[in-house]
Amino acid sequence: MKRLTSVLLLLFVLFSALPLTASAADETVTINVYNWGQYIADGTDGYMDIIDEFEKAYPNIKVNYMTFDSNESMYTKLKTGGSSFDIIFPSDYMVEKLIAEDMLEPLDFENIPNAALLDDSFRNPSYDPEGRYSVPYTWGCVGIIYNTQYVNEADVTGWELLWNPTYAGKILMFDNPRDAFAIAQFEEGLDINTEDPEELAVAAEKLRQEKNLVQAYVMDQIFDKMERGEAWIAPYYAGDYLYMVQENPDLAFYLPEEGFNLFVDAICVPKGSEHKKEAELFINFLISPEICGENLDYLGYSSPYSAAKEYTDPEIAGNPVAYPDEETLARGKSFSALSEEGTQKMNELWLAVKTADASTTFYLILTGVAIVAVVFLWVFFKVRKRRRKARRCQKWHTKP
Amino acid sequence: MKSKWLSGPYILWMVLFTIIPLGVVLYYALTDSITGEFTLSNFANFVDYWPIFLRSIWLSIFATLICLLIGYPVAYFIAHCKPRTQRLLQMLIMLPMCMSFLLRTLAWVALLDDTGIINNIIRSLGLSPLPLIRNNGAVILGMVYNYLPYMILPLYTVIMKIDPRLIEAAEDLGCNSRRVFTKVTLPLSVPGIVSGITMVFVPAVSTFYISQKLGSPGTILIGDVIESQFKAAYNPNLGAALSLVLMLLIFVCVGIMNRFTDEEDEESMVTL
Repeated sequence: MKRLTSVLLLLFVLFSALPLTASAADETVTINVYNWGQYIADGTDGYMDIIDEFEKAYPNIKVNYMTFDSNESMYTKLKTGGSSFDIIFPSDYMVEKLIAEDMLEPLDFENIPNAALLDDSFRNPSYDPEGRYSVPYTWGCVGIIYNTQYVNEADVTGWELLWNPTYAGKILMFDNPRDAFAIAQFEEGLDINTEDPEELAVAAEKLRQEKNLVQAYVMDQIFDKMERGEAWIAPYYAGDYLYMVQENPDLAFYLPEEGFNLFVDAICVPKGSEHKKEAELFINFLISPEICGENLDYLGYSSPYSAAKEYTDPEIAGNPVAYPDEETLARGKSFSALSEEGTQKMNELWLAVKTADASTTFYLILTGVAIVAVVFLWVFFKVRKRRRKARRCQKWHTKP
Repeated sequence: MKSKWLSGPYILWMVLFTIIPLGVVLYYALTDSITGEFTLSNFANFVDYWPIFLRSIWLSIFATLICLLIGYPVAYFIAHCKPRTQRLLQMLIMLPMCMSFLLRTLAWVALLDDTGIINNIIRSLGLSPLPLIRNNGAVILGMVYNYLPYMILPLYTVIMKIDPRLIEAAEDLGCNSRRVFTKVTLPLSVPGIVSGITMVFVPAVSTFYISQKLGSPGTILIGDVIESQFKAAYNPNLGAALSLVLMLLIFVCVGIMNRFTDEEDEESMVTL
């Protein structure tokens, strides 16, 4: 009897191992993950290397990890094609836009059981009402980061700080139209989802006024510039502030009174993905409480998975920057997708802001002078040549 | 007949990677970004961007002139060294080109920043820091630094090949060294000057990385605008139209220059 069971057991093990070995023998699958820069714990500074952990847990899946610096550049990359991604991390309004343009695959939640752990307030969000296409990754607020060594506390009031001429040349600004316009719109008391051309023009004018004070329009470069003190004031995402303050303790953060953008970054599978199932396994791995918690230590962003907080450093899990109180959160506003025309209008105005120029007359005068000089030189050479030719002919005629 | 066959691979290469892409650019430039219909509106926007075209061209002209002023004496000097030293110096000129263009520019950022190496030294000496970065000067510096080898190498090749007998003849006929230079060496190195100027001016005028790193929001160049249309704004149609205009302007600039050098060539032929 004992022998029979052991034989049976052996057979059972063999048979159950067979498909496993077969699948392990299968060539490894590579999934292309396209994420924001500095947006996953990568093994530096003693944090967990999440991709490495995933590849250990699923030996037959390799992760090819790439980064983008704004929703818009990610969208462009998807649109222009040429590369197929299996996982992308768009923000709320971009998810809405991608769904509207039929660029996302509906997710198979059988492969993502951990999605059940999602907090109720993040279920069926307005950008993905049925919750079919996206799983939230993190959420957060956009506020102002400033350097307490150089910035006078009395100036720290609202978004106005970004227009304070005292700090000209030390102010950074978002290098994407949506975030930049939202700030001008809060400052002007406008709706951040407006498509009204006049209201957009008002916001653009506000941004144009700021341009002379701005050191640079940046995205990921902000880390370096703020940490080194090259720039003193910058609007950015709260989670990234928590990362920066570890490098430079002089930095401080606040959420302006006028209101601020409240965003959710989601995980999606774009159309054209060749390894959807493996991608879903990766998503499930990312939002499992333990991994998610470890990741949050690095990210500093806020998590829509309360279960993960157990695994997070209590200092971050209880940080008021990452998890502001209800009263503060009430001032937050979310983006919704703009129409094609609205987006184009905003892009046009944004380009006009970035290309606005004060030194035109100087170059115009220079060009005028240059044209005169060119014409003059040309005439001069022509005349000289003709004279020389004439002289030479004379010589030849007089002395044959 | 045989020579025709030999040029086959290049013609194929050019059709695949120059002519067809140019056609695509033309197609995008002439269609609307949303509806895809034929339109000229992408070019109508040109009016908004001409100040930037103007600035790009002027900054590149300054950079090219500085390259020429620095490059010519260097090339002249190298060409008159011993062959061994020549090889060494030539290698030293090419050495920075082995490093990534992006890294070289970033190195300048690290040097020139307000909290960069140079300003830190100045500050430690008790002086007030200088505004070294984020102005036109820094952009021109970046262009000169990155494109100088492209000026020196063609100049060096041409100056080295000048027949020394011509110079000796001029000296024999009583020219002092200044006149030897202006009447013989300089006219004969015109082809090198022309190709040097072209090789510096064309990449400089369409650059985008240098101005982003070393310039300020006020020194945006046309290359930056084109890049943003393809990278973030997703309006390849406007980007293509601007590229076409830029290409046309480059042709005009290079054309004007060639016109002058043709004259110079004839002149030098006559004077010889």
